Amino acid sequence: MATYGTNQFKNGLKFLMDGQPCNIVDNTIVQPGKGQAFNRVKYRNLITGKMIEKTFKSGEKVDVADVIDTELQYLYTDGGFWHFMDETSFEQYQANHAAVADYQKWLVEQTTCTVTLWNANPISVVPPKQVVMVVTDTDPGLKGDTAGTGGKPATLMTGAIVQVPLFITIGEKIICNSETGEYISRAK
Amino acid sequence: MNFWQVSASIQVLKNRADALAKIRAFFKQQKVTEVDAPILSSATVPDLHLDSLQTYLNLPSIGNDLVFYLHTSPEYSMKRLLCAGMGDIYYLGKVFRQGDLSPLHQPEFTMLEWYRLDYSLQQMMLETAKVVQLLLGELAIELISYQQAFADYANIENIHSASAKACKKYFLDKKTAEIVGVDKNDKNLWEQLILTEIIEPKLGNNCITCLYHYPAKDALLAKLSVDNSVAERFEIFVQQTEIANGYLELTDPQTYRQRFNESLQQRKEQGKSYTQLDHNLLTALEEQKLPKCSGVALGFDRLLMLAQKTNKIDEVIPFSILNN
Repeated sequence: MATYGTNQFKNGLKFLMDGQPCNIVDNTIVQPGKGQAFNRVKYRNLITGKMIEKTFKSGEKVDVADVIDTELQYLYTDGGFWHFMDETSFEQYQANHAAVADYQKWLVEQTTCTVTLWNANPISVVPPKQVVMVVTDTDPGLKGDTAGTGGKPATLMTGAIVQVPLFITIGEKIICNSETGEYISRAK
Repeated sequence: MNFWQVSASIQVLKNRADALAKIRAFFKQQKVTEVDAPILSSATVPDLHLDSLQTYLNLPSIGNDLVFYLHTSPEYSMKRLLCAGMGDIYYLGKVFRQGDLSPLHQPEFTMLEWYRLDYSLQQMMLETAKVVQLLLGELAIELISYQQAFADYANIENIHSASAKACKKYFLDKKTAEIVGVDKNDKNLWEQLILTEIIEPKLGNNCITCLYHYPAKDALLAKLSVDNSVAERFEIFVQQTEIANGYLELTDPQTYRQRFNESLQQRKEQGKSYTQLDHNLLTALEEQKLPKCSGVALGFDRLLMLAQKTNKIDEVIPFSILNN
């Protein structure tokens, strides 16, 4: 298996630790004037999301993780899996619940998402920052209200619930921020 | 940032020039002579953890592609000058180290190194602290022995006799970041890790800490104490950063040869490049004798970083290696 030595460590490097893919977040070299050098490394386990710190003796090696970020179109879910397609090769991928968990309610069919593949299997899915959603349920608002005068909850087509201005009605298209889960504006 | 641009601000570079002038004025006043030590040498340090840059010279009627090394410190040539009778001397200039790049390291950096005849280790520590104060102002000076630091900060009463297990245990108990790649019986490395990970963060906090009496095994080119128990060596820390390393200098040529050979053996065992011993130095030590003296090497850029309150070396030098 291919390896990386500590002198190749840098932010964003993907490697295997305890059989799971990890991503280096911070790499600090400790080099005493008259002693052995070490690398203080902070990394995120890409499966569990946990941040871990380890100190590697310089010269140590870690296995390369076959991890790539790719753009895939979200097709549909069958309840058990979420299906994606490469728009040039038409190759299909299925992601399990753990991979979509963070953004499950922000996946809109036919949108292009960033999918991280490990050994060609999706391990995380990130939808576009701005997604267009249809409001499926909300209380009727009062006419004449404008944004910024409070709000009300609205249920969207994926089941997500966001605070929207009072003038938004059922069936309207709105733009939301998928990272923060906040309403941005009406969609044109 | 564009690559042609300077790394540091123009004001910092002017402060750098003032700092260099201040140091030169100090030594002039102390009657210590500046020496222009050569950067190129046909031999280099055998230290396990120091790697030299090398270059190839073509010299008419001598030969082509002759290997020369860029000095990692001016120590050997300065010691030859001391043997030749130069008296108190200092060097303030560039040195080079292979593979060094971090917020605290550049492969090319400025070193201040000086030697004082008949100075004890304590006198040398105090003079080094005085030079630090030239740039940092009247910081308090703290003297603490290596053994005492391990006792105070890591609860290891006698580090010199402690086992590898006792050192390793400290990391397990403290639940610090896991250490990868260190053999459980490698006491030297576990001991070094306690020093760098646990003790150093406690050193030089708003003061100048002189850590002295290193273990005999880490003597390098320092004399051993009269009972051979510890090395007459110190390091200076300010704001958790190591900035200087000094010795009561070893004078016995046989011991030089012996320690060089030990270092070469370690390099061989670790598969590192093998360098030949500096015979010019060894011959000078044998024929002329090194006068009794103490010496210290101080990282000028790091001292300036502290004066400028920055933690990035490229903010105090004109150009980082990455935009040269």
